[in-house]
Amino acid sequence: MQWLNIILQGVLIGGLYAMFAAGLSLIFGVMRLVNIAHGDLIVLAAYISLMVTQSVGIDPLTSLLIVVPAMALLGYALQHGLLNRTLGDDLLPPLLVTFGLSIIIQNGLLEFFTADSRRLQAGSIEIETFRLAQGLFVGALPLIQFAVAILVIAGLQVVFYRTALGRAFRATSDDQSVAQLMGLDTRHVFAMAMALSLAVIAIAGVFLAIRTNFDPAIGPARLIFGFEAVIIGGLGNMWGTLAGGIILGVSQAIGAQIDPGWQLLAGHIVFLAILAVRPQGLFPRISG
Amino acid sequence: MPETPLLEVKAIDAFYGDFQALFDVSLSIAPRQVVAVIGANGAGKSTLLKSIAGLMHPHRGEILFEGRPTAGAPAFDALRRGIALVPEGRRLFPSLTVEENLLIGGQSGRPGPWTLARVYELFPVLAERRNLPAPSLSGGQQQMAAIGRALMANPGLLLCDEISLGLAPIVVRDIYARLPQIMAEGLSLIIVEQDIAQALRASNHVYCLQEGRIALQGSANQLSRESISAAYFGV
Repeated sequence: MQWLNIILQGVLIGGLYAMFAAGLSLIFGVMRLVNIAHGDLIVLAAYISLMVTQSVGIDPLTSLLIVVPAMALLGYALQHGLLNRTLGDDLLPPLLVTFGLSIIIQNGLLEFFTADSRRLQAGSIEIETFRLAQGLFVGALPLIQFAVAILVIAGLQVVFYRTALGRAFRATSDDQSVAQLMGLDTRHVFAMAMALSLAVIAIAGVFLAIRTNFDPAIGPARLIFGFEAVIIGGLGNMWGTLAGGIILGVSQAIGAQIDPGWQLLAGHIVFLAILAVRPQGLFPRISG
Repeated sequence: MPETPLLEVKAIDAFYGDFQALFDVSLSIAPRQVVAVIGANGAGKSTLLKSIAGLMHPHRGEILFEGRPTAGAPAFDALRRGIALVPEGRRLFPSLTVEENLLIGGQSGRPGPWTLARVYELFPVLAERRNLPAPSLSGGQQQMAAIGRALMANPGLLLCDEISLGLAPIVVRDIYARLPQIMAEGLSLIIVEQDIAQALRASNHVYCLQEGRIALQGSANQLSRESISAAYFGV
């Protein structure tokens, strides 16, 4: 029963990792941009939520109503004003620019908020638990977090495959110059993709900050978790990304149970093992 | 030729880097006219179409569409103004279904006669395969989808780059047989072809490009075979 508990906790934290990964996967899929600042943007979202909760006096989950649109707007502006200029045949310029962005965000946060650890307080919901069976407990917050992750992935799936915007994403990803011939302003399409990615980041950032302490330097580690979840699941497959997040979460939970120092190591080892055996990921994009 | 041309290309020069692909090329097309541009490989036909479609900008000269210069406008703007290109090699979006490919063309929101239903009426085989991924179509069907995708934008001017390329003659005849139905909606057409006979049959006016220059032009039924082959091969 103890192991079942551990695996269950791992699955639930996997939802959070999938949210770290979904935005990353979306951006890479649409415009072949690897956003090194992704993790730092997650932390930025957490700090924005901190400011909103402190100044307006609402709880962190309600602050999403402000943080999500704010991050989406930031994403649109960031892509339109900066990142679109770096896109081309060469993968290196966007990589370097987002790397620089990562450093700027970290130091900016350090300047404004200091290096102190912060935490978002979500109230009683943080400690509520349900008993599923004899000796099997699950927290309300991890459960909500996992449900939100599934909704986010399903929502992205609907946007991608059932809307005109998603059609434009896929067409632009296929062939940029023909997409332009068909009247698509690819700069706008890319900016919309980044807006969507940062909206997902906002949700992930707030859940991260309720779950654990955060400070300006924790972004890059979240980026690694996101990358690992994307690659385990297979590029371009959103449900695969959820599976990747869950596998990572469960591996870490089992590792931590064996030895607390093994939590992160176990996750990385499983990632490397999967990469060695199936470099294309477990569920690569199915054509059509 | 009627008084006000739909499109006027005035003495353009176009370059790829240092390589000059077009020299002093002029062309004009009236409403409801079909113009064929013929020429050997590398004569500059595709460059001319790309310049008209806004994918390239000429270094000298200007292009007027409905009397307005197109210079400096971004590529996605050409379709909104009413210039649609059926690109060489069809270039459907491979991860989209047939119907999604058509809908992308219609996303510009220009009003006009072309709708999904009309395109399916023109090419019934596409209706049968609407939910299949575009790469699963045969070459001829893909060409139909590419033409349908451009028509969905309700263009005033349709540019067709090498429609017959890589297709069986019977398929090419089948596609060209639909042109009168397309023309009946009042648009103008520029077809770029290597298949001279097909181009002459389908068009009112012919321009022959040779090494980036207009070597010959005239009414399709007045040009002699000899003058065309002289202009085509430069012998």
